[in-house]
Amino acid sequence: MLYAKLWFVLWAVLWTAYFALDGFDLGAAFSAWLVAPAGGERSRVFASIGPFWDGNEVWLITAGGATFAAFPPVYASLFSWLYPALLLILFSLIARGVALEFRGKSPSPSWTAFWERSAAVSSFLAALLFGVAFGNLFRGLPIGPEGYEGTFLGLLNPYALATGLVFCALFLYHGLLWAACKVPGDTSRRAGALAGAAWYGLLALSVVFAAYSWASTGLSGNFLARKYLLLLPLLFAAALFASKALLSRGLSGRAFQASFLAIAFFSLTGFAGIYPCLLPSRIDPDLGLSVYNSSSSPYTLGIMTWTVVVLLPVVIGYQLWVHRLFERPFSGEELKKSGMY
Amino acid sequence: MDTLTLSRLQFAVTAMFHFLFVPLTLGLGWLVAWFETRYASSGDEKYLAIARFWGKLFLINFALGVVTGITLEFQFGMNWAEYSKYVGDIFGAPLAIEATAAFFLESTFIGVWVFGWERLSRKAHAAVMWIVAFATNLSALWILLANGWMQHPVGYALRNGRAEMTSFAALVFNPYGWIEFGHTVLAAWTVAGFFVMGISAWHLLRRSQDELFRRSFSAGAAFALAASLLVAIMGDVSGGNAARNQPAKLAAMESVWQTRRDAPYALLTVPRLRGDGNYVEALKIPHGLSLLAFHSLHAEVKGLNDFPPQDRPPVLPVFIGFRTMVGLGTLFILLSALAVFLSRRGRLQDFPLFLRVLVFAIPLPYLAMLMGWLVTEMGRQPWAVYGLMRTADAVSRTVTPGQVWLSLGGFTLFYASLGVVDFWLLAKYARKGIEV
Repeated sequence: MLYAKLWFVLWAVLWTAYFALDGFDLGAAFSAWLVAPAGGERSRVFASIGPFWDGNEVWLITAGGATFAAFPPVYASLFSWLYPALLLILFSLIARGVALEFRGKSPSPSWTAFWERSAAVSSFLAALLFGVAFGNLFRGLPIGPEGYEGTFLGLLNPYALATGLVFCALFLYHGLLWAACKVPGDTSRRAGALAGAAWYGLLALSVVFAAYSWASTGLSGNFLARKYLLLLPLLFAAALFASKALLSRGLSGRAFQASFLAIAFFSLTGFAGIYPCLLPSRIDPDLGLSVYNSSSSPYTLGIMTWTVVVLLPVVIGYQLWVHRLFERPFSGEELKKSGMY
Repeated sequence: MDTLTLSRLQFAVTAMFHFLFVPLTLGLGWLVAWFETRYASSGDEKYLAIARFWGKLFLINFALGVVTGITLEFQFGMNWAEYSKYVGDIFGAPLAIEATAAFFLESTFIGVWVFGWERLSRKAHAAVMWIVAFATNLSALWILLANGWMQHPVGYALRNGRAEMTSFAALVFNPYGWIEFGHTVLAAWTVAGFFVMGISAWHLLRRSQDELFRRSFSAGAAFALAASLLVAIMGDVSGGNAARNQPAKLAAMESVWQTRRDAPYALLTVPRLRGDGNYVEALKIPHGLSLLAFHSLHAEVKGLNDFPPQDRPPVLPVFIGFRTMVGLGTLFILLSALAVFLSRRGRLQDFPLFLRVLVFAIPLPYLAMLMGWLVTEMGRQPWAVYGLMRTADAVSRTVTPGQVWLSLGGFTLFYASLGVVDFWLLAKYARKGIEV
């Protein structure tokens, strides 16, 4: 049982890492038109996420693979019950990846603009849909004795849509801060100013989300039962305010790190709220898919634990190295040499 | 059509589309790394230009390989929920390990390669491409270990109403998976070798940038010859492996109906369309099939009549797929041997017809690969996991045919348009030639 509980934590951490990492490139892509209305400047925004988005997306593949390996019934149920929703997420991720790769492959401005629009729309959709999906997890799915009793339209309930908006706001803020520290010149200033304004929207949405969660979901139960868990939402709030304070002092890099933490603590708060379920049931708490009824065998979980204990530190190590390698914004000459922009 | 048929069709469409891009990635990475290493060690700018040219084509191709791979992972949960529940305890692990050990590596370092020209030393930059090439092939290993387990399940016990892993070592050292890996990866290298030869031939015909494309051609030809020889050997091993572990698959590959010792090889076989025998079996080579399958003159080869009809794979497509693959494989050895010979003698351009043939040969290794997958996967039917779980029991129970119609239609349209754009880009940059 210990392994199953450990894997709930690792499962939450993998999804959290995905949100905090892909969050900035999704956000940067869908806010690029706001930050840089002119084509040349916008190229810089897209170039800044160029070396990172693919590696970030693998956190999703890993989170998915880990769900499959550690909680097979959760993987099977979630993906087949929410078939149309997963399909939409899949299509938006495919469109996002292709758009980012294709946008620089022809010098024609209309070609580039078409793929940049596609990248923006698909990135926004992916952010929104992930929010809606996890909003439904936080709220609990209509899981009855015979399995899923909901409909596709039922997924678009107000609470889930509100969670979708919170995700969009988190990623927007995160992406704007990224652009502020990674793109030189006027674009950076504009991104910083927009981030400052977006922060108030994010704050308002976070408050609404907290109140809504309190009123209409079972998320608060765990926090009331185990008070120490309240540390997670408190750290979320602290990171959010720290980020704004740092941004106001012009420290956009530090503000970005704080917003990374904010997304992480937001996500962990949600996961702490649904524990021990991965797919909670709204109908009867006992019908949810939890660490008690849905995990893999201890043997498999042991193998998986060794895998992540040995490999994830290596992955984190070289991904950090890549962030250091590309810390300085790209020069125009460099982008030309990449053949991508 | 029901959810099962539609889901099978969708998996076939999305897997085959994914596999239009994967093989070139698996092979071309090594060649780009090789060219760039020549540059890094000699400082010869021509090799830099060559590496950048093939690297660009690598990237255009890589983009679609990556995004279409996510679909396959998601589909296990979406369309094959019963499968995922029943075997997830053992099948999920190699997929998760693939992502952690290999996919992270290739996705992170490909970005470093594209953007890192000014930030790394020459040697370090070339090393990055070696890492990418290694990681893509490592990816293939884990995926094929997963597939190998579906072909020949090992290291599990049926407990708690599902298949649970009992030996990770058995999964990792499953010979079936390693044989598939060898055969698939070498076939992929053949694809890349013919791709490089074909495009170089196109330029050599036009006598543009002779020197650069001659160098590309000779590397591509040597790679193609080595790979197409080795892939044939691995093919023989794969066939023997199927004969021992999946006799129904082997029987379908050769459309053999009667079980017998000293089985002859019928060069001319025409299976019945209804899949219940052969119209013609002629030009028999005595002992041929026993020899091919078991490397023994007298070995017994099982015929399809020994299997009840519900346990037989669809014979006609498996039979045609197998013969097409083997025929093409033989052709690849001949073509690449001739290519190596002529390129060594420096006489390629004296034979424009041959160069033209090589241009038109670019799609053939792709076709051979797809046929190989058709044999492997259709030949495993009616099983999702050979002898353990039937495909009919693996499909999601809650997904409706309407939902799969929608997704299948969506994938077909979306993929077709992406495929057209990607093909157009590849052709555009391939024709443009090398920027010096």
